[in-house]
Amino acid sequence: MRKYAIEVKGLRKTFGSQTVLNGLDLTVPAGTIHALLGPNGAGKTTLINILSTLVSPDEGSVRVAGYDVEKEKDGVKRSISLTGQFAAVDDILTAEENLRMICRLSGLSKEQSQVRSQQLLQQFDLTPSAHKRVKTFSGGMRRRLDLAISLVTSRSVVFLDEPTTGLDTISRRALWDIILGLRDQGITIFLTTQYLEEADQLADTIAVINDGRVVASGTPAELKSRIGGEVIELSDSKDQVIRTIPTYGNIHDVSRTLQELSHTLPKDTQVSIRKPSMDDVFLALTTKQEMKGAIS
Amino acid sequence: MNTSQPSVKSASLWVTNSVFIGRSLRHSIRNTEALIMAIMLPVMLMLLFTFVFGGAIDTSGNYVNYVVPGIILLCAGFGSSSTGVDVSNDMTNGIIERFRTMPIQAISVITGHVVASLVRNLLATGVVIAVALLVGFRPSANVLEWLGALGVIFLFILTFTWLFAAIGIVAGSPSAASGYGFILLFLPYLSSAFVPTDTMPSWLQGIADHQPITPVIETIRGLLTGTPLQQQGWIAICWCVGILLIAFLWSILAFRKRAGRR
Ligand SMILES: Nc1ncnc2c1ncn2[C@@H]1O[C@H](COP(=O)(O)OP(=O)(O)OP(=O)(O)O)[C@@H](O)[C@H]1O
Ligand SMILES: [Mg+2]
Repeated sequence: MRKYAIEVKGLRKTFGSQTVLNGLDLTVPAGTIHALLGPNGAGKTTLINILSTLVSPDEGSVRVAGYDVEKEKDGVKRSISLTGQFAAVDDILTAEENLRMICRLSGLSKEQSQVRSQQLLQQFDLTPSAHKRVKTFSGGMRRRLDLAISLVTSRSVVFLDEPTTGLDTISRRALWDIILGLRDQGITIFLTTQYLEEADQLADTIAVINDGRVVASGTPAELKSRIGGEVIELSDSKDQVIRTIPTYGNIHDVSRTLQELSHTLPKDTQVSIRKPSMDDVFLALTTKQEMKGAIS
Repeated sequence: MNTSQPSVKSASLWVTNSVFIGRSLRHSIRNTEALIMAIMLPVMLMLLFTFVFGGAIDTSGNYVNYVVPGIILLCAGFGSSSTGVDVSNDMTNGIIERFRTMPIQAISVITGHVVASLVRNLLATGVVIAVALLVGFRPSANVLEWLGALGVIFLFILTFTWLFAAIGIVAGSPSAASGYGFILLFLPYLSSAFVPTDTMPSWLQGIADHQPITPVIETIRGLLTGTPLQQQGWIAICWCVGILLIAFLWSILAFRKRAGRR
């Protein structure tokens, strides 16, 4: 089995004069759940669109399931499924017809399509509405149908762009279970979310992007230990912050960190230790320039 | 519950096309308003032209024979124009992104709309001809001439449908697509559809004689009612095939170019 399901190196993408992705590097090990975080407009959807062959990269190398997204589009398409940020369903057809259509397009026979559609309707709690036109669905029901459609056949990489936005708590939990189940089958899941909690619960690895780059990445435990631990802040004699360093906050870690730094910094450097909240850190990561060094 | 996922195969081009054709036909049947319009409009126009305008335009009472080919084309044009809206709907509401990330020939979604439009419009043409016969249309055509006329109508519908499909692909929204389509629908009025072009001011006659609708109408008219055909048949076919090729290539290029963003 391939080690990495997704490998991105030096990815750049501009729209007109706006640089959306600016030298982005990212790798996702196969068979893991990876969460991508970032503020609105950070380029999460753009990245997913590039990974799923909808948008061409300007520069950089992008491989999904071992295939180059530019030169081996078909290989990529055979290996992925995409649930976009906005539901991509056919309003005029019923839920069941939608599913059957995608089943047929995925190469299943009529009988297989029938069976698979029923399974998915049940799994996503849509059986009672199977014969209603999607036009009459609520937002959450559309979302669930959209997700069901993406899971018609088994793909080695599944992209979910804000999959739980608009879902109620029960549906959200159910989707989490489904996502975890997919990973147990060895499928790689690449999702974006606006909920830090969700990334924490679900993801094996997290990357935070801002200004077109990955500004922090690691396992939730790694990020959390930084997030939930202490931050050592170093200031010069004029009270200007010169560095912030995340630590686990225990005496061993703090003293080791300070010892390492004491050789390289002026004697009058001021040291303070403070505790950031999860949201504080996300905000800091994605907005304030001087904090960026802290968590990466 | 067995939730294991079937593994990936690719649907054949045949299956892909038939799935999309089935989808578009379903859309056509469910869009009852559009379907009723597509059938009612020709009938209304027919009655309007034969009973209201007919007497004023041609007092000999044979106007119905003159105008039926024009009505057929006007309706075919109108019926094809809804393809632009259908295609634009698909291009702008996100579903195209799903198709484009699947290992299928995504442009088949357009083929589906085109075939559905052909079916819809041939049905509407049948209704037009039936009503025409009821209000006094007396074609002189033999079987071969009928087949020829139907062939030309078919080609015309196909051509305009692809043209509207291309417009649907490039238009920013369904209502924009419908707006562009509306402009094209003026063409039949500037042709020999309702009055002979030699009754028009000469500058207008120049336009009317040299636009694609006139030869198509003259061909259908010649085949059905025995008016002189001359070279009109070939000119009509050349116009249609030429526009069809351009529209087809334009569709493919525009489809490829359009970034997958909603
Ligand atoms: N096709 C396009 N043309 C022009 N600008 C675009 C295009 N696609 C994306 N952008 C711009 O790129 C930036 C990133 O957009 P993107 O949708 O990737 O953000 P996002 O991280 O998914 O945001 P959100 O959290 O709101 O979903 C935005 O400023 C957007 O306006
Ligand atoms: Mg987005």
